[in-house]
Amino acid sequence: MSTPLFTGAEMVVKALSALDVKYIFGYPGGSVLDIYDAIFQQKDFEHILVRHEQAATHMADGYSRATGEVGVVLATSGPGATNCVTGIATAYMDSIPMVVLSGQVATSLIGDDAFQETDIVGCSRPIVKHSFNCRKVEDIPNVIAKAFYIAKSGRPGPVVVELPKDILIPENKAEFHIETKVKMRSYNPTKKGHPKQIRKAVQAITEAKRLVIYSGGGIILANASELLTQLVETLNAPCTNTLMGLGGLSGTHKNFIGMLGMHGSLEANKAMANADVILALGARFDDRVTNNVKKFCPNATIVHVDIDPTSISKTINAHIPVVGLVDIVLQQILDELSETKFKPNEATLNDWWQQIEQWRSVKSVSYQQDNNKIKPQRVVEAMYEITNGQAYVCSDVGQHQMFAAQYYPFAKPRQWINSGGLGTMGFGLPAAMGVKLAFPDSHVICITGDGSIQMNIQELSTCLQYNLPVVIVTLNNRSLGMVRQWQDMIYGGRHSSSYMESIPDFVKLAEAYGHVGIQIDTLDELDAKLTEAFAIKNRLVFVDICVDEKEHVYPMQIKHGAVDDMWVKKGVKA
Amino acid sequence: MRRILAILLENEPGSLSRIVGLFSQRAFNIESLTVAPTEDESLSRITIATKGDDKVLEQIVKQVNKLIDVIKITDLTERSHVERELLLIKVLAMNDKSRTEVKRVTDIFRGSIIDIGKQVYTIQLTGDADKLNAFVKTLAHETEIIESVRSGCVGIARGEKALRV
Repeated sequence: MSTPLFTGAEMVVKALSALDVKYIFGYPGGSVLDIYDAIFQQKDFEHILVRHEQAATHMADGYSRATGEVGVVLATSGPGATNCVTGIATAYMDSIPMVVLSGQVATSLIGDDAFQETDIVGCSRPIVKHSFNCRKVEDIPNVIAKAFYIAKSGRPGPVVVELPKDILIPENKAEFHIETKVKMRSYNPTKKGHPKQIRKAVQAITEAKRLVIYSGGGIILANASELLTQLVETLNAPCTNTLMGLGGLSGTHKNFIGMLGMHGSLEANKAMANADVILALGARFDDRVTNNVKKFCPNATIVHVDIDPTSISKTINAHIPVVGLVDIVLQQILDELSETKFKPNEATLNDWWQQIEQWRSVKSVSYQQDNNKIKPQRVVEAMYEITNGQAYVCSDVGQHQMFAAQYYPFAKPRQWINSGGLGTMGFGLPAAMGVKLAFPDSHVICITGDGSIQMNIQELSTCLQYNLPVVIVTLNNRSLGMVRQWQDMIYGGRHSSSYMESIPDFVKLAEAYGHVGIQIDTLDELDAKLTEAFAIKNRLVFVDICVDEKEHVYPMQIKHGAVDDMWVKKGVKA
Repeated sequence: MRRILAILLENEPGSLSRIVGLFSQRAFNIESLTVAPTEDESLSRITIATKGDDKVLEQIVKQVNKLIDVIKITDLTERSHVERELLLIKVLAMNDKSRTEVKRVTDIFRGSIIDIGKQVYTIQLTGDADKLNAFVKTLAHETEIIESVRSGCVGIARGEKALRV
């Protein structure tokens, strides 16, 4: 019997099946119609048809953030591919494993400015971990296998695969071979931390008098939350999480001192500024954390654990760098601590905690119910109460994002899903849809604003098609809140283009898309109506909440200042 | 400080554009860049001359290393190395005087005249950047330069040390 031959399109589908893909997110078009035809004829995975390719990337991204699996996108050449660019950049900035399969015009037409031709590999070069121009039918399976391997190993990230039409068509067939265990001579990410560096790190940690553990998105990506918790408890050290790292240590853990950075808690930023040793785990000293790098923790010894050597000493010099996967390095640190029979020095630790409790007592993350308007913070608190803190919270970008990060303590990793690095408005709804697909029985909230929600609102249609009953909670302040806040604080209150003067009736809009719309205007109806919204299980509920438009996010780092130079409320410095 | 980086990478479509893209994206300086396949055609070797302080250079080396196609990168300027650049230069040689002077200067710099036109000489010279600069400057005193092209430097470590898979 002769070996069966397959078209390129069939190979794409077979490769995705071999890689255990469950869902792919995409939109058809001329150059990928063969792939769509092959998808139609298989049952291994489901294709989710979005209404805009950007949403496909965010859905794949949200799916990946919640499950840890690689998110898969399929788009046609030209506009389909360029519409993916924002989503690819979003995934790149937050190190999310994603594979984007993009159509391309036939090889013979490449370079001729053919219909729907763009050089997507070129367009996406600065925002991908890697990309492939696939040019032969027989190469397709292993290119896709490599793309998956690269996307999820080491520091994860998006990988683009360009597939020209002529290698997908029925006329062109080849044998199917796939090697799912990929080996590459040019790419072997480090796994274990160097033993000498581990010993140095442990020495610094154990000799510290004022240690802070500063952990980031790396903990979430590496599923290292339990090990982090174990380390925090072994050392009885204070631990702060970055925006991307929330849920790494439970938000209700006694050693958790809140998020740090621009809108972090006073105690987190103060602890950083006063630490003698900072143990950074899977975090990258982002400018939204450090504030002015020249004033950043000048007296601290920095131990920096990261899988990506470029993250180490990029913005802040690391005294003890450790390159490795953070879960493996954490285990190495824990092993070293147990070998040396480490016991924390109770007296010094006590002094340090007393100091932290003083900062904590300021209650920097708090708000005043000073009028009868609904405070956005109260909405988040109410959602926390109603969902018992168990919901997946997917956020858009702006004030509501910060309020969610501050007022919804995340108990588990992967529960908090937001575009921290790129700050992509329009991320929230499609990301929530991706999460709902993976966890249909959990509460999945899209917390958003009247600005952000309108950046991918067309996906309400996709939600109906695939029955994705997420709860959309719009903190509607009739303006671009974060922009407005900066204009209030820095630009003399001139609200240049931060007003939304023709906001749609979101309730009617939700209804027009076949969903349930709930309007909340007054504080006294907030809890009851929100409870009602979360009680509806099988339909998407769009809750439009009229919140106090004057509310600002506090605390807030003072521009150009040190990490702990903060406004705790309007006009009040820490 | 000027540095010479030697990079060994997969000879794949797009590898060069990733390197060049990285330098522009991260605002790293490129003074010169040369690239060609090695004796093993699956590999390319790039030499980049760049400038930056230690911190910038550390980032450049790490960022280049992070590219999936890159197998190895080394900073040749860290230790003893040889660097060479090729210059082809076309100058005016209209009369006996200028011809003699051009020939004399070329000999002193151990260059060679590789082509002669009715009114021009084309000269080839190899050496490090300093030597080529000095040659061009001296020639400019003697005659008019019509055009010149430089390859950018290539480099290799002295002794046993080698950049290979």
